Amino acid sequence: MSLKTFKGGVHPGYHKSATEQKPVVPAKPPAVAIIPLSQHIGAPCEPLVAVGDEVKMGQKIGDSKGFVSAPVHASVSGKVTKIAKCNSALGRPVDAVFIENDYQDTWHESVQPHPDWENLTADELKKIVREAGIVGMGGATFPTHVKLSPPADQKIDYVLVNGAECEPYLTADHRAMLERPEDIVCGLKLAMKIVAAPKGFIAIEDNKPDAIEALQKAVAGEENIEVAVLHTKYPQGAEKQLIKVLTGREVPSGGLPAAVGCLVQNAGTCIAIANAVRKGLPLIERIVTITGSGIKEPQNMLVRVGTPVAEVVEQCGGFTANLRKVIIGGPMMGLAQPGVADLPVTKGTSGILCLTDKEVTIDEIHPCIRCGKCVDVCPVSIMPLFIGSSVEQGLYDRAEKYNALDCIECGCCSYICPAKRPLTQWIRMAKGEIAAKKAAAK
Amino acid sequence: MENKLIVSSSPHIKSPESIKSVMSDVLVALFPAVLAAVIFFGLPALITILVCTLAAMLTEAIILRNKNIFGDGSAAVTGVILALTLPPNPPWWLCVVGSVAAITIGKHVFGGIGNNIFNPALVGRALLLVSWAGHMTNWLTPVELTATATPLASSSHPGFFNLFVGAVPGSLGETSALALLLGAAWLFYKGHISWRIPCTFLAAVFVMGSLLDGGFSLSQGLFHVLAGGVMLGAFFMATDMVTSPVTPRGQLIFGLGCGVMTMLVRLYGAYPEGVTFAILLMNALVPLIDNMTLPRKYGEVAK
Repeated sequence: MSLKTFKGGVHPGYHKSATEQKPVVPAKPPAVAIIPLSQHIGAPCEPLVAVGDEVKMGQKIGDSKGFVSAPVHASVSGKVTKIAKCNSALGRPVDAVFIENDYQDTWHESVQPHPDWENLTADELKKIVREAGIVGMGGATFPTHVKLSPPADQKIDYVLVNGAECEPYLTADHRAMLERPEDIVCGLKLAMKIVAAPKGFIAIEDNKPDAIEALQKAVAGEENIEVAVLHTKYPQGAEKQLIKVLTGREVPSGGLPAAVGCLVQNAGTCIAIANAVRKGLPLIERIVTITGSGIKEPQNMLVRVGTPVAEVVEQCGGFTANLRKVIIGGPMMGLAQPGVADLPVTKGTSGILCLTDKEVTIDEIHPCIRCGKCVDVCPVSIMPLFIGSSVEQGLYDRAEKYNALDCIECGCCSYICPAKRPLTQWIRMAKGEIAAKKAAAK
Repeated sequence: MENKLIVSSSPHIKSPESIKSVMSDVLVALFPAVLAAVIFFGLPALITILVCTLAAMLTEAIILRNKNIFGDGSAAVTGVILALTLPPNPPWWLCVVGSVAAITIGKHVFGGIGNNIFNPALVGRALLLVSWAGHMTNWLTPVELTATATPLASSSHPGFFNLFVGAVPGSLGETSALALLLGAAWLFYKGHISWRIPCTFLAAVFVMGSLLDGGFSLSQGLFHVLAGGVMLGAFFMATDMVTSPVTPRGQLIFGLGCGVMTMLVRLYGAYPEGVTFAILLMNALVPLIDNMTLPRKYGEVAK
């Protein structure tokens, strides 16, 4: 059987064995939950509670009038002690509601199952998804109800569940697929119902045969859902690559998947949709992979949103002495952190990756030897080497000509470069400069 | 503990490959050709290769004020390749002049590694060829080492078996197609060269040799592929990373151009061999070729 794959990409070491066989265990609820008011792409929420208020688990504590936004909910019951800045993985402090946990886990009265969920209309379902604060849980955190509202003239033919989990080290989606396959299929069917898509795919890399088996079992009898087995290669789970691989369609440059009739949802997001629709649960917890040689006991944990990263790390035995880098997310696209103080787990935290001096190298940057490997591995066929040299010279117009704006920031070029040139970083710089220039021209 | 954390832009892991490891792989790939040269042409061949390599490495180390003479290994590659393009027993000073010229004029006047337009080893060779044509065409028969002419300039055909294993007069490294193919297979396996440049190069030579060298003859085409420096040029010089295109279509055009130019020189030019000038000429066109053959990006919208 020939496996489905895309053009380009790399084969980094996957390092998934530390956690892939470990069932998800619940993490201890935090003593103080730090709930950031912005855990998504789009307008930040305004707090709906005040200092001193008693809140219950699942209560909506922040919302926004903006369409591209998602409400946030209390992940514990207790008392609001302050509304202040906390750290975010992006490095920008964000406003957050601090809730002192009373350890009662008293559910808020708004959290009610929908017994008639199978008869709800698309609009009702979409409203439930929005109210549950669901965002893309692969890391991009784009509000899911917005994704589920494509322009009226764009018919959605396929809903794709992204279970590729191509980032090395991470196993959160893998465990989710193994342990909750029914929820994933349910979430997919709900998404298909909302956008009236006739066909669904669940895409999994072939390094997760147990997950493939579990989902094949779960979709047995579902005629319009197919489990697609993909070749294990990074970035197999990149949205545009996934669409091309499964449907042969290419998202036009600068466009969204809906333009080619596709909608992609992360496996974890599907579970969140199923939980919200069937049980009325808002998104207040998620599976996080805590791994890397810098952590003593790597694990997959079900963590309440708002739990300080430091507390999660403690439950995994703590850091090792030779820790050098803490990354929120995976090693290819994750965000390195200056520390873990005041940094909570959010809806988009797929992993806490701890690397030691063995993995973390500080490389001298050499001149480009034009080996062309970055061109070979680039999944969107742009010219990383030329964009890099343009940025070095401050020539951002030239960087744009070499299609800097089409970069998906997967990191393959920087990974493969024998001269250790930070190509992805330079392309990001180019994107920022080009965007700033365009904004100034308006 | 926290003040020791490193914050940097993703990706956070890198492939183990470095310029040094790439160059070391190339040196390994050149080893069969070096071995063949020593087997066929004896001790003088070994001395020639050593002198060229040492001179190239020393020149680079002095220019870069680098105490580590091997450096990133690129100078050693230039030195070995230059030696392989020389006749079996050149005077030692010819080796030194060629290597120094290759590293200085061929590489560092442009800004060092990655910035040179022309293949450094071929710059050195071209300089020697026009300056000391006599020394550069002082061919010997293999093993017995008596003076002779190369197959390209002689009227007698040495036989395809001899051409393939390399038991023919010629430059040190160009004679044995077998040794060159072994080395090329290693480079291909390591992912440092693609099929595009060598195959189009050889195809152009084969087709033009079959059609234009005294009427239609496939064996004449094969002769042109195996004789002279085509194999060495196609697998080790035209594929030089720095001086060849990075785009897939550009590599096809580049290889084709090298083959065509080689045959134009061989069939209609003043020299019996044209690989050196063909590759140098195509080197000059690389920036142009790259920019004219940018790949179609994902999601490119037709205008």
